[in-house]
Formats: sequence, structure tokens, C-alpha cells
Amino acid sequence: MPKTGGNKPVEARGHADATGTWVSKLHVPTGSSRPGEKPDFRALNLVSDDAMFRPAPDCETREAEPLAHGLVRVLDDEGTAGGPWLPELSDEHLLQGLRHMVHVRAYDERMFRMQRQGQLSFYIKSTGEEAVAVAQGMALDSGDMLFPAYRQQGLLFVRGRDVVDMMCHCISNARDNCKGRQMPVFYTWKDGNFFSISGNLATQFSQAVGWAMASAYKGEEHIAATWVGDGSTAEADVHNAMLFAATYRAPVILNIVNNQWAISTPQSFAAGGTTFAARALGYNIPGIRVDGNDFLAVHAVTDWAARRARRGFGPTVIELVTYRVAGHSTSDNPDAYRAHNESEAWPLGDPVARLKQHLIGRDLWSEPQQQALETELKEAISRDWKQALSYGSLEDGPHWPVATMFDDVFQHLPAHLLRQRQQLEEKE
Amino acid sequence: MSMVQAINSALHCTMAADPAVLVMGEDVGFFGGVFRCTEGLYEKYGAHRALDTPIAEGGIVAAAIGMGVNGLRPVVEMQFADYIYPAIDQIISELARLRHRSGGEFFAPVTIRAPCGGGIRGGQTHSQSPEGIFTHVCGLKTVIPSNPYDAKGLLISAIEDDDPVMFFEPKRIYNGPFHGHDNNGGGSGSWSDHPLGQVPIGHYRIPLGKAATIRAGRQVTVLAYGTMVHVAAEAIRASGIDAELLDLRSLLPLDIEAVAASVRKTGRCVVIHEATRTSGYGAELVAEVQETCFWHLRAPIERVTGWDTPYPHAFEWEYFPSQRRIVDALQRTLAYH
Repeated sequence: MPKTGGNKPVEARGHADATGTWVSKLHVPTGSSRPGEKPDFRALNLVSDDAMFRPAPDCETREAEPLAHGLVRVLDDEGTAGGPWLPELSDEHLLQGLRHMVHVRAYDERMFRMQRQGQLSFYIKSTGEEAVAVAQGMALDSGDMLFPAYRQQGLLFVRGRDVVDMMCHCISNARDNCKGRQMPVFYTWKDGNFFSISGNLATQFSQAVGWAMASAYKGEEHIAATWVGDGSTAEADVHNAMLFAATYRAPVILNIVNNQWAISTPQSFAAGGTTFAARALGYNIPGIRVDGNDFLAVHAVTDWAARRARRGFGPTVIELVTYRVAGHSTSDNPDAYRAHNESEAWPLGDPVARLKQHLIGRDLWSEPQQQALETELKEAISRDWKQALSYGSLEDGPHWPVATMFDDVFQHLPAHLLRQRQQLEEKE
Repeated sequence: MSMVQAINSALHCTMAADPAVLVMGEDVGFFGGVFRCTEGLYEKYGAHRALDTPIAEGGIVAAAIGMGVNGLRPVVEMQFADYIYPAIDQIISELARLRHRSGGEFFAPVTIRAPCGGGIRGGQTHSQSPEGIFTHVCGLKTVIPSNPYDAKGLLISAIEDDDPVMFFEPKRIYNGPFHGHDNNGGGSGSWSDHPLGQVPIGHYRIPLGKAATIRAGRQVTVLAYGTMVHVAAEAIRASGIDAELLDLRSLLPLDIEAVAASVRKTGRCVVIHEATRTSGYGAELVAEVQETCFWHLRAPIERVTGWDTPYPHAFEWEYFPSQRRIVDALQRTLAYH
């Protein structure tokens, strides 16, 4: 299926001085583009036949090794599905996947606009990465525990989180289940087996391994899945996660979402010239590099890793190659560090457009149906937003009672916090 | 029992009572721990519940948090408190905050045991007392026992508590009380000769947040914990001063009622710890005593602590708070009328 991009460019590997002697030179990586430059994604090596095989889920790491350097694809550039990773998915499943992705995009668009209008303090979009969370979420069981980073909101849509509740969290109103304590997008949803998101990068990656170790300790079939970005792979927790997952053969899926950018820093600062999937090989974990904008490929690889974990064969590292279309957050201006509209040159396209194209090609879907779906979900998001505001806004409330700030620091309120709460209340 | 045996006994008791309890850390399983605190657990409960880990403190605490979220009750060992720092992001940003940031939906009942303190020629990285770093973190409880009886009862309480607990074990008194280098060249007695070395075999708890009065007195209140309880007791005895000595046991929550009651009675206070002085836990004690007992104080509150230097090897006994320094402080505070 691979049919995109170009050949890997040859890079100078050293530096000759005036006498022709090779000497070391500090190498500072660059990105796919800087403002005013033409985007160039050739260094990603997106064309490869290395991934044109699908090993058994109980394979040894070395059998799967080419998958760490290739790129698993199911949908080609024309939207035709095929190859060894073609998943057996019902039409309904694919249409549901499309619906979730369109829903996430409508949510992101609305929340971004509301931040610009001052109704949210902050927001993070997942534009262009919707297939990652949606396809992976749909490939897992509801009893599996999710340890997401902050850009996998699609998981919540798959698990059926009430959109109004998500919005109430983001505006910290009286219905926010985080009780007004967290910045927007740091969701928590225990009933949905969705772990509390932390601002500290990558910490959840190694915690997910511990959760999976406990699952194996108890002999349960539930697995853990966790997500980290390309930039955050530089954190020590990612090393710890891979090592502990390998040492104890923990039933966990370690996902690295390579969206090319860590705020302004190109992925090359963490990748070191190789793939993120290849990092797994040194830990004796299969690493699979997948087209992150290909819903079918993402689903297939995740399903493979989940079966492997559930049957006790151990962890898998999945690198999801995608592109962060929007700015890092509402506090970011991507035009300051990369070419304007660099995403238009992204070789792997748009995940929504590609699944839509596939479904239209199979006569399961049509442009008018797509238009109707987008309108329907946009309107649903508008209704949800109005309902969320009815429970209170960020600026005007109502919020949780301020005294609840002292709750949940500990299970029971200790004497010193009781005194501080009384001091606060006396002032008011 | 020695303190090592008492800690070991607490682990045996809690693991026997609850299959969710497990111990994990470097060398804690097959080998039984470099200080022998986890001896016998591997044989009795197996490799799963006396879990040897890679040498990665951040990974150990992270795994324990994930296990805690998934219903287990991990007791983590950091081989030395000096080596806790690679785990500090997981402890401060995650373990301590999880319940609060998730609106109470998630928590991880993790206990972190770490041998701490000096007096053993441990130099810079086997002698530190980092408790003040953790008492500054909201969401953590911090405990330091000073004897085998308390060590077992407090550790059982810590393990059974649903909040994360930092449990620091003064390694200088693992095998016997230590009264400071001033007498007998730093020699120590045996716990078998000490009343608090008498430890019940079975399950019992000592509540977190309750101080113990080691010695009643009328002239001055001495606040100490860990090894310094014993050094202070001997210094008080040698000085002939009628001091009241409190072993805080829990630094957070602090038994401020017991502290305040004592200082209101004596009107004077000396705070003692091994840790460095500036921004150490002693500063918090001084502030609390000053706020709660201001009108009862008859002298400035004194602090006897480690110097504001890294812990030295050759100059151990110039660094470690000595009986002489404690007596000097007691006499200084009594000089005010």
C-alpha cells in the first residue's frame, strides 16, 4: 500500500576541517520547515515495503523488527483498502468511526472559538490526529484502562462520555467532575476507565505499565493503553515504561503519537534520526510504525497489540505517524516556527477525508451524507455548549463551593487544612 | 525486635492480612533487601509479592501508582532516601496530587519506605534527611519512627492508609538506639535492652499524626524525631535540665496539640533535626510554635540542626548534631528570664 512521500535524503555525517581531517561537530537537528521554507518530509522515510507483513501476535521482537522502520498502511492514497493489515471491520464500525472523528473535530472547533471569545482559559485541539484516539479507542475493550496525554480527546467520544460533562470540566463550573481544580482538557473519568490527565509530560506512560502489571498480578484480562507525544518520549518516564513493560511482560500498549512537533521543537530532537517505534527494539518489545491518519491501519495495529497483551505475550510500542495541524494550544502561534499551512504538504493527508473517501469508494457513504453529518454534529455541539453554560461559566459561575478546594488533598480533612479552610471562610 | 525486624514484621502482618499488599524495590525480593527489612517475604509470598525491580526510582514509583490505581497497595522501598530524587516528579506531581486533581475519583495508596539519616559514615549520598522536601508537598503524609515498637505500628498504619505516606527509617538506629558520638565513640546499645524494642508479633497500629512524650519535664520543650530523639534524651540526661522531650513520629500531619500543650507549659522550645537548617522542617516547627504559643514563650525558639552543607564524610561528627550542641541550646534558651 505505501505510495507517498519520497526518498530519504543523504545527510552529511561529519565535518572536515581546513586540512581535510574529520572532526566532531555539534549537530543541531532541523524540522520539516521553518517560516518561509518549503515543507520537506522526506527524512521521515514514509515509503517502505518493510511493513508488508503481519506477524502472529505471539511473535518474537526480532520477527517484527522491519515493522519498526516501515509504515503500516491499509488505505492507499486513493482510499482503497488492502494488504496484510486489512482489518475485518463491519461497515457500521467504520461509519461509527467516521462519526466519532467528525464529532471530535466539531467539538475542537467550537471549543477553540470559545477560548478565543474568552469563555475558556485554554484549549488544545487534536485536528489531524482524530484517527489515533478514535480508532485506537474502538479497538480496545471498555474494561481496558486508558492513560492518555492531553491530545486524545477522541477516546472520550468513543467511550461515550457526555459532551456536556467534558465542556463543564473545561469551564470549571458547578458540574465539573474535577471540581474546578484542573485546567481545561485535563479530563478525568473513572467510570469510563479514563485516567486523570496530568500536566507533567509522560508521567502516565510508566503508570500505565504499573496498572497493567497489577492486572497481570490479579490474573485479569484487562490491559492498559497509554499515549505520549513525540517530544515527550525524551522524558525518563518513557524509558522507565519500556523497561518495566519488557521486564515484567506487562499487558500494555505504549503509543507514541508522532505528530512532528513538540510545541516549536521538531520531532527530530527526540527521534535522533531513527523512528520512535525502533526505540522499542532495544527493550525487546515489538515496535510498529503505522500511518496515523489511516483509520483502518491504526485499528488493525491496535487490535493486534491488544490481542498480544491480552493473551499474555507482552507489550507493544506503536508509533502513530501523523501531523499536528493546529497550533500546540490556544497559547501557541505555529506560524512563528514552521511554514504557514505546512499541514497542506503533509503526505499522509487528513484522517477524516481519507476514511470518507474510502467509504464513498465502497458506496457506503456520500458527500451529501458527509455534509449532513457535519451539520448534525455541529448543531449537537452547539446545543451541548448552551447546556454546559446553564450549569455555570468560568467567569460568573456557579462553581463548586470554594471550601471544597481543601477536600481530596487527603482522604479525610486533616486539622491543619480544616484550620486553613476556616481562615478562608472567616475572610469572606 | 530490632527496628529492621519490626519493619519486617509489619510487612509480614500486612501481607498476610491483605493480598493487595506487595513490596517492591531494588534487591527487596530474592535477596531480602540490603538492610534485610524484606527478608523472608519472597520465600513466603513469592516473586510477585516481593518484587525485585530494575534500578529506576522513577519507574518504581510510577509502577506503584499504576498498581495503586488498579486496586493494589504497594509498599515501595527506595534503597536510600538519598536516591529518591529520580522519583520526585512521580511523587510530587502524581502520587501526591492524584486524588485532588481527579476530584477524588482516583487515588493510589502507596507507601514509600526509605532509609534516611546519617551517623554511619555514609558521606554525601547515604546520609541525607530529605523529609522537609516532602512535608512541603500537599497530599503526602510523612512519618519517621524512632524505635522498633513505633516503627511497626506506624508502618502498618501507613500501609493501611488510603493516602500516600513517605515513611523514612533512620538507618543509624536500625539495630540499636544511638545517643550521639559524644560518649563511647558513637557506640550504640541494643534494642533488646530497650523497652521499645519489645514488639508484639501480631497486628497493631499507631495512629499517624500523634506525637509521643518520651520524657516529661517543666523547663523546656524539646521537639525531635528519628535518631535525634535518642541523642536529645541523652543530652537532656547529661545536662540535668528538666526538659520535656517529644518524639513527633508524624511530621505531617503534625500533632500540633501535643506540641502546643507542652510549650505552653514550659515556655521554651528547642527544635532538633539532622537535616540541614535553612527551610528545613525545623523552620515549620518554629513557625507553628511561634504562632500557637507566642504569649507563652519566654525565650526565642532554638534550632539544632545539620549545617547548611552537603553531608561530609570525614567531618561526620562535626556535622551531626551532638549532645554538646543540644545542651548548649538548652542552656541558651534557659538563660532568658
